[in-house]
Amino acid sequence: MIDTESIANELKTALPGCGIEFVANPSPSAQSSLLIQGTDLVAVAQWLKDHSEYRFDYLSNVTGVDHLEKTIKEKVKKTQVVDGEEQEVEETVEQTIPGYLEVVYHLYSMPLRHGPLILRARTGNRSNDVALPSLTPIWRSAEFQEREIFDLYGVTFDGHPDLRRLLMWDEFEDHPMRKDYVEPDDYEYEPTPHGPVLERANAHQTPPSTDAPSETQSD
Amino acid sequence: MKTSPEPPSGETGADPAPVLPSPQDPPYTLRSRRDGDRNLSGDLLEISMGPHHPSTHGVFQMDVTLDGETVVQLKPVFGYLHRNHEKIAENTSYLASMPYTDRLDYFNSMTSNWAYAISVETLAGIEVTERAEYIRVIVSELTRLLNHTCLIGFLVMDMGALGTPLMYAFREREKILDLFESLSGSRMMCNYLRFGGCRCDLPPQWLDQAREVISDFEAFLDSFEKLLTENEILMARTQHVGVLEADLAINAGITGPMLRACGVNYDLRKVDRYGIYDRFDFKVPLGATGDVYDRYMVRILEMRESLKILEKALRDIPEGPIVHPKAKLRGFRPKPGEAYGRIEGPKGELGFYLISDGKPQPYRYRVRPPSLINLTILEDMCLGHSVADVVVILGSVDIVLGEVDR
Repeated sequence: MIDTESIANELKTALPGCGIEFVANPSPSAQSSLLIQGTDLVAVAQWLKDHSEYRFDYLSNVTGVDHLEKTIKEKVKKTQVVDGEEQEVEETVEQTIPGYLEVVYHLYSMPLRHGPLILRARTGNRSNDVALPSLTPIWRSAEFQEREIFDLYGVTFDGHPDLRRLLMWDEFEDHPMRKDYVEPDDYEYEPTPHGPVLERANAHQTPPSTDAPSETQSD
Repeated sequence: MKTSPEPPSGETGADPAPVLPSPQDPPYTLRSRRDGDRNLSGDLLEISMGPHHPSTHGVFQMDVTLDGETVVQLKPVFGYLHRNHEKIAENTSYLASMPYTDRLDYFNSMTSNWAYAISVETLAGIEVTERAEYIRVIVSELTRLLNHTCLIGFLVMDMGALGTPLMYAFREREKILDLFESLSGSRMMCNYLRFGGCRCDLPPQWLDQAREVISDFEAFLDSFEKLLTENEILMARTQHVGVLEADLAINAGITGPMLRACGVNYDLRKVDRYGIYDRFDFKVPLGATGDVYDRYMVRILEMRESLKILEKALRDIPEGPIVHPKAKLRGFRPKPGEAYGRIEGPKGELGFYLISDGKPQPYRYRVRPPSLINLTILEDMCLGHSVADVVVILGSVDIVLGEVDR
């Protein structure tokens, strides 16, 4: 097992100005990770691969993770002046953490037989045009796995030599592994709808009447 | 045939008009399916191998561009068996995904079970009982035997040996599957391991039956090798075919027998020493040139090492409980956190990456599929070879489409 925290400190001195943050893991596995700023990812990866003491030459696993927008309620104690007297009052503060997409890399070293070192990089938001630098030029094992994340999560990898959908077909538009993905209704793919599917298809496809549009529409 | 010096529409700049076949043209057109300009030199032929092709081992497609009979480009196309396994697993409990991991690599359900179990055990800090550890080693080494024999059977079938070797391999496989059936109730979809142990204890006389199968297997391997190892056709078809350099293999994340055939000594049973593999004495066979013949030979030698492990495990297996008393099956909610667990599957490094947010379902469930990642360098290995060699090279990679497409 390698010491992720000491690698983080070494990285901070070797590559000053890079956004590197240590992320602890509270679970029994204790596999802590390094949160790398997206723009510095390639430099950090290259350093880890070339460093003679670490030699992370094997990128095992690349994972996409979707984090939805979260609101955290926290109770904060405040001193307030009530009727001329200072009193401690508890107040609930709502804090909104914007959603983001995350890519997690598991690195190992084959000659030195250590690992895993876990890197994570986050996008700013979870819209459809988010990008991270591709690590395929450094480790080729990322080629298909980054294509899969592009396919299922919608993260664009800048510098990937052949970024296409991997599992879904090329004409498909959505990203199925996102947490807010809604499956298409049956009628969209049913060539000969019947029964309840036909009813839904009719309800969907009948154009609203031009005379009284508000009355014909029903839920 | 030679490639024409320049592509036909290079300098016109204007939108090329759609080419309609005139009456004297053949009723098919030869053009690239994926290039935006849809132009292909007339001397190059693009064929689509698969998804329904007897040698693609399932619904797998390769878009191969040929110059004469030589491969100049090969693009694998995936997704015909995609069912979004990971999304389904994120909507069910941890335990409910265990039978579903059988369907990933349907040849080796026991090792898929173990990879998933070891990840959940790392995530939640569950310990495994002594007897269960031995059972796990026994079933996973039996799985390695049946995977490697059948793979070699398929490989030589791809070279044209239509029946005999494959039927010999299937005969041996069936003996092992009988063992699995008496153990778990199912031949292939075993669903046998549980977090902290195994589902049920060994039936009476199972160990004796297993010993019998293994002692027969040694003799079978000898006769199998007599048929194949020095066979002139097999040597001619596989030596110096599909050579893979060690540097490229490491860089591309190739694992398993594919990697060791390139001469890289990296076996997770030795590196991680997961389970109780530190108690067994076995060698890691390595190849020298990294061609298809080395991959064949590494697998044969690996089976011989597996037999050694099995002999010792069947001798030393202790009595005792099969599930750790503290392991919780129902209402299982690991603490928030994440874990990556991996084992040396017959096809390579099979890993599961799990993120828990304290709920009964995993927040993120990711399979690291060795079959898919081993295909990264398929094009590099095939370039310059003929179509018949592509079939052999693909056979030597050892893929199962249930795991590639998930």
